[in-house]
Amino acid sequence: MTIRGLLSATALVALPVAAMAQDLPPCENCADSMTVVSWGGAYQTSQIKAYAEPYAAMTGTTFTWDESSNEAVAKLRAMNEAGNITWDLVDVEGPDSQRLCDEGLAMEVDIDEILAAGDDGSTPREDFGDSAFNDCYIPQIVFSTTFGYRTNVAEWGGRTPDNLCALFDLENFPGKRSLERRPKKNIEWALLCDGVEKDDLYDVLSTPEGVEQALAKLDTIKSEVIWWSAGAETPQRLADGEVVMGSTYNGRLFSVIVEQSQPVEMLWDWQVFDFDGWIIPEGLPEDRLNRVLHFLHFATDTQRLADQAKFISYGPARASSQPLVSTHADLGVEMAPHMPTNPENQKNYLVNNIEWWADNQDDVEARFQAWLAQ
Amino acid sequence: MSQMDLPPYATPGQRLWHYTFKLICGLIFFFLIAPILVIIPLSFNALDFFTFTPGMLAFDPEAYSLKHYRDFFNSPDWQQALANSIRIAPSATILSVVLGTLAAVGLSQDHVPFRRTIMAILISPMIVPLIISAAGMYFFYARIGLQGTYLGVVLAHAALGIPFVIITVTATLVGFDRSLTRASASLGAGPLRTFFKVQMPLILPGVISGGLFAFITSFDEVVVVLFVGSANQKTLPWQMFIGLREQISPTILAVATVLVAVSILLLTAVELLRRRSERLRGLSPG
Amino acid sequence: MTEATRTGQMLAADGTPLKRSLQRALRAQKLRALMLIAPLLLFIMVTFVAPIADMLFRSVENQIVSDTLPRTAQAIRDWDHNSGEPPSDDVLAAFTIDMIAAVERKQHTRLGTRLNYEQNGLSSLFRKTGRGVGDIGETYRDQFAALDPAWTDPGTWIALFADPSWQADHDAWEAARTAARSAGRPFAEPVPPFRLKDGMAGVLPETADAYLDFARAVQGNRNGDPAARAPWPPVYLALYRDLTAVGVGRIATLDEAAQALLDPAHYAVRGFERADLAALYAGIDRAWSQTTVWATIQTFSARYTPGYFLTAVDLKQTPDGITSQPADQKIYIMLFERTLVMSLTIMGACVLLGYPIAFLLANLPMRTSNLLLILVLLPFWTSLLVRTSAWKVLLQQQGVINDILVWIGIVDNAGRLILINNQTGTIIAMTHILLPFMILPLYSVMKTIPPSYVRAAKSLGATNWTAFWRVYFPQSVPGIGAGCILVFILAIGYYITPELVGGTSGTFISNRIAYHISSSLNWGLAAALGTILLGVVLALYWTYDRLVGIDKVNLG
Repeated sequence: MTIRGLLSATALVALPVAAMAQDLPPCENCADSMTVVSWGGAYQTSQIKAYAEPYAAMTGTTFTWDESSNEAVAKLRAMNEAGNITWDLVDVEGPDSQRLCDEGLAMEVDIDEILAAGDDGSTPREDFGDSAFNDCYIPQIVFSTTFGYRTNVAEWGGRTPDNLCALFDLENFPGKRSLERRPKKNIEWALLCDGVEKDDLYDVLSTPEGVEQALAKLDTIKSEVIWWSAGAETPQRLADGEVVMGSTYNGRLFSVIVEQSQPVEMLWDWQVFDFDGWIIPEGLPEDRLNRVLHFLHFATDTQRLADQAKFISYGPARASSQPLVSTHADLGVEMAPHMPTNPENQKNYLVNNIEWWADNQDDVEARFQAWLAQ
Repeated sequence: MSQMDLPPYATPGQRLWHYTFKLICGLIFFFLIAPILVIIPLSFNALDFFTFTPGMLAFDPEAYSLKHYRDFFNSPDWQQALANSIRIAPSATILSVVLGTLAAVGLSQDHVPFRRTIMAILISPMIVPLIISAAGMYFFYARIGLQGTYLGVVLAHAALGIPFVIITVTATLVGFDRSLTRASASLGAGPLRTFFKVQMPLILPGVISGGLFAFITSFDEVVVVLFVGSANQKTLPWQMFIGLREQISPTILAVATVLVAVSILLLTAVELLRRRSERLRGLSPG
Repeated sequence: MTEATRTGQMLAADGTPLKRSLQRALRAQKLRALMLIAPLLLFIMVTFVAPIADMLFRSVENQIVSDTLPRTAQAIRDWDHNSGEPPSDDVLAAFTIDMIAAVERKQHTRLGTRLNYEQNGLSSLFRKTGRGVGDIGETYRDQFAALDPAWTDPGTWIALFADPSWQADHDAWEAARTAARSAGRPFAEPVPPFRLKDGMAGVLPETADAYLDFARAVQGNRNGDPAARAPWPPVYLALYRDLTAVGVGRIATLDEAAQALLDPAHYAVRGFERADLAALYAGIDRAWSQTTVWATIQTFSARYTPGYFLTAVDLKQTPDGITSQPADQKIYIMLFERTLVMSLTIMGACVLLGYPIAFLLANLPMRTSNLLLILVLLPFWTSLLVRTSAWKVLLQQQGVINDILVWIGIVDNAGRLILINNQTGTIIAMTHILLPFMILPLYSVMKTIPPSYVRAAKSLGATNWTAFWRVYFPQSVPGIGAGCILVFILAIGYYITPELVGGTSGTFISNRIAYHISSSLNWGLAAALGTILLGVVLALYWTYDRLVGIDKVNLG
């Protein structure tokens, strides 16, 4: 981002801030700093710009960011064991929030009590709808995991992938692929491309043979896969030409395609629709908890969630924020068409089956990791 | 007269071998040094690429810029990481130098029981794989509430730096003439006075270079800090590690270049100290 | 003098025998040396040795099973897993209480994850059971409620089981809360810790035990108040079991209020409809009616387990002894082998590249060699991450090396070499990183080899090659040995470089350890793998110490 871009971005954010300043209630008995855990990259930047910077400007709170969301469960367990919680607010995916909530590592909250009502007067629970699926979760965005591919691969002879299964088609689309080093999504895609119907997907996966079938399908491209563990790796590899296609989050692809104008395109086919949000670690001291709740009340209101969409193409989790989604902060691009919630993008899609994964994560993960190492 | 000079009566075969050998050595030196040097020009790349652009190869001044250095100095993340590194490394260094020097002086005495075992324990942080040290510290420091604190990181880094202090200080003490301390004692100086006025100046070069080793150990360390530290203790190597895994940007190369400059400075300092120490002890230079 | 001659002893200046005086001096000297060493030794023990010992402990620690399922672990001890029959109702009842307490404490999913390491499917089984276990005992609760509605009143249970002094404390606490609330003040005082009434454990052992656990779990979970909640349905199951077993005489030992409540219940339970626990569990999941799950719980209810070590070498502990893992789960031996083979390769590459350099440096004039030594020391001093990032930049398919190769024409644009995210990448980058550790010890040995031997050999007619191979090389072998052990020790424990350039095929056992610590959360297995790795390293370290002496490591 250029300096001018930075300035204009802050200016855009600063406007509503000035209007908001008097609305923010004072925070009583609150710590003056917060450690927030997130995913790094463009996503974390969007949170800083839309939530943290305006909040810091109004309250003088100092923010420390930790890019450890990937290891959130492990680190929270260690902190809990030690009785020394150093994190204040953690951004996690739905399944991790389920696990943290199940293990008592995340605090149970009543979103109707701690969050602001929607601009349209709806209660938070109505406003967030399905995305508030457990007692600890404070939803923030909806996102999709989907595919990007390079547009100038000579060996493809002008063909471009038009569906997910191009991933498994080494004949027409040769080259390295970048996939996540976890079974989730990969095995669903493998089965879909191996002839399993969407409705049967989890029935098939619930049998041991189903997982083997998925791995057998993945075996056909295993030698061509570079595995990623951080969401920014695929966009970087696509931009560097290290891979010809790969899975990642739609917002990361947006930034590589629209913001950096790389020769990359994305595919909306069988993308996995997913939620991301906050959890508060269990056992925070009172002053820090007060600060977190004060911040959350601000950062999850209708306007703030809509603001985040100025910086990254993820949809706000509140229904009341949808109409407020406008244009990109620097580029002026209309953001709505790039959102996973856009009906145009939702012809074929999956919704992350959090319940199934919570039950089967341990088994499938162990099997997948063994397969990967072999 | 060195063995590497070719005698005037060398056969053509010997000549050929002689030059081939030099060529091989040259290539190996190139292998050692080129990767470090190659990142320096790349860090001045005006574009966000990791390779030489045609403009750079044509020495077009437009293709070079200080942009990535500006990013480094303007980014709060990198500055915070730099500040943390500057805060942690010296503290760890002081701790390991003070404790390490005392112990090295103790170990160099004539009759130390279990000398070999003690030495092996004190050197072990250098030998034990970092991932094991890091895992152990992660669990243990978490149990005692040091995980995610500055103190925890400083203690961990001090432990990792101690072997270097022990090794370098012990090495200077090997050539130390013990009659000097006896002379000092017989002239009425107490043990402390003897240590600071007689022994210390002589082993000082060893102490300082041990300290520099300990400093660079902490300053470069990433595995242990990743486990023992938390976001508040994010150091420069940690930030680089994240950068390499996630938001790969050429800023990393600018940081790397700065770090190479730091290494060159430290290396020069150690080299000068070593020579001074050997002069003081009356050994031949080298 | 005369005295000394008389006793045959030498005396020191102060008149004590010289021998003793010398001994005292020696002792003082030893003491002083130890005093100097002690602070550091203590420091290393606390900051370094203790953490490693702690990690070793984790590799066998297995408290989670017996801590989460204490009653089950006790009750299942005598069950014979070969009987073909699932455990008796006693075990099932104990398990029900354990399980509902674990659910309240949010521990059952962790236990499921732990047991899933030993048997696939247990993680989801424990989740499912956690959702269903609250219903077990409902039949009895309803029957007790039908008998006397007071049984569903929390106050009944408090009156029956809580110590009178606790009830008084609780009343005081409640009064303070009411006062604070009506004054609009915040009230954060915790409920006083629950205490069981004396004598109840003798009359209704299972119920007292279950109710105590209930009260504690409720208090532990966000500071709840046991007096505000009726017990879990499984506590009614315990009550039913106790009342069918206890004699009427025992109940007569209780106070009148308790007798008034328990006597009719004691009489009525004989007519209660029995709940078939085995059928209820089979209804939650069929797995509970087979023996395998119970056998796994029985096998792993010990407080210490060799299970993690067995997994680390591709074996597994089963109720019938140790067997080999299924083929699709065998990865650790392969990973250890890969780590060893790649470390040996890197070590070999370091010898090949390091030997000529050390030879050159040792045989050049001091001034030149000191200058060239800088070229060896600079990489040694440069940050590991700097060097790894340099290799990442160099080895990419669109990186500098491939660009040069394409430009020279050795490979065409489509055939760019894949040098990164595989074993090649790890080997190249690690050879570069570890090369100075080979050159420096080699150099210090070669410097001490007198050139006259080679000259003598040549003057006796040896060719250059013979002189080198028969005379020089054998003298440099100690240097090779020292360098090899050092490089090998450092290589097998590497983590950062393989992580960044190794992809999946070029990673080491260390990367697996890190994965188990931060992703899979199987800390016991991480500790076991780490212990094995540590054992290998320490054996090599010991060898190095014997051969070279650890204090003689040359740091340039």
